[in-house]
Amino acid sequence: MARSLYFAPRTFDLSPGQRLRKINWLMVLTLSAVAGIGFAMLYSVAGGSWDPWAKNQAIRFGFALVIMIGIALLDLKWLMGLAYPAYAGALVLLVLVELLGSSGMGGQRWLDLGLIRIQPSEIMKVAVVLALAKYFHTLTPETYRHYKHLIIPVLLIAIPTALVMHQPDLGTAALLALGGLGVIFLAGARAWIFWAGIIGGLGAVPFIWRRLMDYQQDRILTFLNPESDPLGAGYQIIQSKIALGSGGLFGKGFMQGTQSHLNFLPEMKTDFIFTVLAEEFGLAGGLTLISLYVILLLYGLYISVSCRSQFGRMLAGGLTFILFLYVFINIGMVTGLLPVVGVPLPLVSYGGSAMLTVMIAYGLILSVGVQCGVNLARKD
Amino acid sequence: MAFESENDRYRRFTRRSFLLASAQGLLVTGLLGRLYYLGVVESSQYKTMAEDNRLSLRLIAPVRGKIFDRHGNPLAINQKDFQVHLIPEAAHDVKATLSALGKIVNISDQEIEKILKKISRQPGFVPVKVAENLSWETFSRVNVEMPNLPGIQPVEDKIRFYPEGPMTPHMIGYVGAPNGDGVRRDPVLQLPGFKIGVTGFEESLDDNLRGIAGTSRVEVNAYGRVVREVARQEGREGDPVTLTIDLELQRYAAKRLGDESAAVVVMDIHSGDVLAAVSTPSFDPNDFSFGISQKKMDELKNNPKKPFVNKFLSGQYPPGSTFKMVVALAALKAGVIDEKEKITCTGKIELGDSTFHCWKEEGHGRLALVNAIARSCDVYFYEIAGRVGIDRIAEMAHRLGLGETYDIGLNGQAEGLIPTRDWKWAYYGTSWQKGETLISGIGQGAVLATPLQLAVMTARLAHGAEAVNPRLIYSIGNESSFRPRFEPMNLNRKHLRLIREGMEKVHQEGGTAYLSRLLGKGMSMAGKTGTSQVRRITKEEREKGIPDPSERPWIERDHALFVGYGPVDAPRFALSVVVEHGGGGSSTAAPIGRDIMRKAIEEDPMAKPVKADLPEPGMKEAENG
Repeated sequence: MARSLYFAPRTFDLSPGQRLRKINWLMVLTLSAVAGIGFAMLYSVAGGSWDPWAKNQAIRFGFALVIMIGIALLDLKWLMGLAYPAYAGALVLLVLVELLGSSGMGGQRWLDLGLIRIQPSEIMKVAVVLALAKYFHTLTPETYRHYKHLIIPVLLIAIPTALVMHQPDLGTAALLALGGLGVIFLAGARAWIFWAGIIGGLGAVPFIWRRLMDYQQDRILTFLNPESDPLGAGYQIIQSKIALGSGGLFGKGFMQGTQSHLNFLPEMKTDFIFTVLAEEFGLAGGLTLISLYVILLLYGLYISVSCRSQFGRMLAGGLTFILFLYVFINIGMVTGLLPVVGVPLPLVSYGGSAMLTVMIAYGLILSVGVQCGVNLARKD
Repeated sequence: MAFESENDRYRRFTRRSFLLASAQGLLVTGLLGRLYYLGVVESSQYKTMAEDNRLSLRLIAPVRGKIFDRHGNPLAINQKDFQVHLIPEAAHDVKATLSALGKIVNISDQEIEKILKKISRQPGFVPVKVAENLSWETFSRVNVEMPNLPGIQPVEDKIRFYPEGPMTPHMIGYVGAPNGDGVRRDPVLQLPGFKIGVTGFEESLDDNLRGIAGTSRVEVNAYGRVVREVARQEGREGDPVTLTIDLELQRYAAKRLGDESAAVVVMDIHSGDVLAAVSTPSFDPNDFSFGISQKKMDELKNNPKKPFVNKFLSGQYPPGSTFKMVVALAALKAGVIDEKEKITCTGKIELGDSTFHCWKEEGHGRLALVNAIARSCDVYFYEIAGRVGIDRIAEMAHRLGLGETYDIGLNGQAEGLIPTRDWKWAYYGTSWQKGETLISGIGQGAVLATPLQLAVMTARLAHGAEAVNPRLIYSIGNESSFRPRFEPMNLNRKHLRLIREGMEKVHQEGGTAYLSRLLGKGMSMAGKTGTSQVRRITKEEREKGIPDPSERPWIERDHALFVGYGPVDAPRFALSVVVEHGGGGSSTAAPIGRDIMRKAIEEDPMAKPVKADLPEPGMKEAENG
């Protein structure tokens, strides 16, 4: 009986108005709350001023919110059709950055198109999940675990990862690789591959190590022992830990953070913004923000396991995992659990590119949520 | 293996989803545990570290204590110094600001180069001193022009100033930048522009004058910029010091000595207060405040009259005939002579192979003690010195303060030299010769004394009963250096009367200082001249006739000495004068002594009350009550 429930071919052709009503507005509210915490922190970092960061960030969020809702209203079928072109487009942009970036600009990660700056690696995070979801959707239940079907997904992940790594952007590369592997895992690839992968990965550490830039090596070394160089490379981590620890249970109070207001914290409006929150609002503040993220992640999990189409499941599951990686790597990094690799805290860190990525991703999750019961054909 | 259905695939997906979610949950739990560890378990440690980061203790330089004379006239004070500082980061264009400033203040291109170099080496918010020692007019113009001079800061600093300039430097000393190992250990010494005493009282009383640094607890940001002051503890100004010097007498004495290489000490014989202590030629300690030019420094250093040497304290001279009172007293005490016994002076005395000459070639004829002092007959003193012996002379010299140092709070006091048999044995390993006793009898040979010692000797002779000790510091802070009870000298009053009679006759007809007698109502003085040879007169010269002092090169001329006290009936002041290579005691030193004595008696510094910063009697009790 239960089987027929899933396999009865049903189509919902929802009008845009119906879709709008089916969007999970509670999640939109949660996202806004997370962004709101970001505005408050940027306001504090600027010494109690909306200028220059909080205002910009709020405008960007408003813009991103519209885009997210627009995406949430898109047809899943249409999105599936967009998957490969989007991936291809992102790849072209990445190569372009690589070519232009090699003109002596150092670690250039964005393309300046005059009006906007595009960071192709950000777009790629979403595009790779889209492409993988579509690829696994097209496989039949009978053959999808066949090893030959791992070749294309691995390439889909490896090519952009290698390009991003070469930029060099260790954080995004790690995010792409881990996110992609997560999608393959969700897709049902055989478990021993992952064990083998972990062992193989550990074996590859020395080779990767040699490929890393000096400053990347520094970051990892100081992560292992930050006190070895308290004024140099270890400074960031030590000051960050001081900010977190001195915040205590309830923090020093809004705009009272000494570590942040006296500029001891590095990158405090971007990657290290969590420490500003933890210093001013303590463990309680940090816990509140993490809880909001957990709500967003749980919704993603709920959507992915309750979705009818394989594409929707993979998409929601994969993007949720990407969102988790963002949050975990960032907080792990500022608390000294992970090396400093330059991953922003979604929606809270100052910056447009990462915010847009996260909002697009969550727009896709919401879209899957809207069309949860829609079945999609395996082939167009 | 059976083919899987869509349903199996869905189940696997769900299983994997929960597996992945569990892993995520585990990792998030790890994060929470980490946050708990940092924010709760280790929190107090990190709180301390955050405070350490935030707060920095800054020292505030204490104001240096002032130095006054006995009547409250300032000798060393702190003057406002108008400076201009530049905060590079506040100036949009440092060079433009400097050139705009250059229209008001004189800054050389060399200085600009130095300033730019300094700016490049430190953070932009640290001020750099651009100009100092500005006049009030220039400083005001800088203040008015402030809007056109971005980054410029007019600053009022304190700088040590000696109002009397070259009148007092040997006694007061001066300040300079600290150096040596101590600097690293004492953070106060590391304060920019902080000065410590280098010579004189500035050096010896540095601990008292320095004061206690205040502290300012400031909040700093990561770049070390001060954001605000959290707490402040004011320091304490250094103790004011009042000296026993009378500025008017000091000035007079300094002017009277003029350009001579000379020293004068004037003492009150009852309290031991040093009323004037002058060493010439002098220098202006204020020249060091803003850096002395190399040319001026070389001039001072190469001056043969040695302006930097404190001659009244460290200059050691053969006392010459001023030593004769010591010899006479020793002889009287030993009973080898009495006031009636006359000795014949033929101009010389033979001892073995040697001939000892009197300064008066034709001889004084027969004279007794009083006249021997008045006319300073050398032969008489050769004779009685030979009778009494060097050790008893030395004992009397020490009793009168020669060969001693005193507790006056100044460094660099020379001890002089009063030879004895033991001294010669210890120093040269040879035995004392009688000839040496004779030559010591006229204050030549090995005998050495400082002008201060000669003044003390004269004060003791004039006082008669007590071994007066000199003092220079009247009070430090509100603590007076109360005059210690002087030791009794136990000298025979009759002997002393004879000596003083001889000294009085020095200024009377036939005496060596008759021409320098003190005339006027209430004016009188007694004294003794001295001329000490710098260079032995050779036999040839003696045969050719001793050349006139003015015909010899300056450095070979005799030292001119004079000691004296006054007024004669009730002595109050004692003084000593030494003029290096001055020629003769009666011609050069005695007139100076007479003039200064007249000034002392006229002005009478001891009659005016001392004005020091001392608490009123009973004030302490009132405060406590």
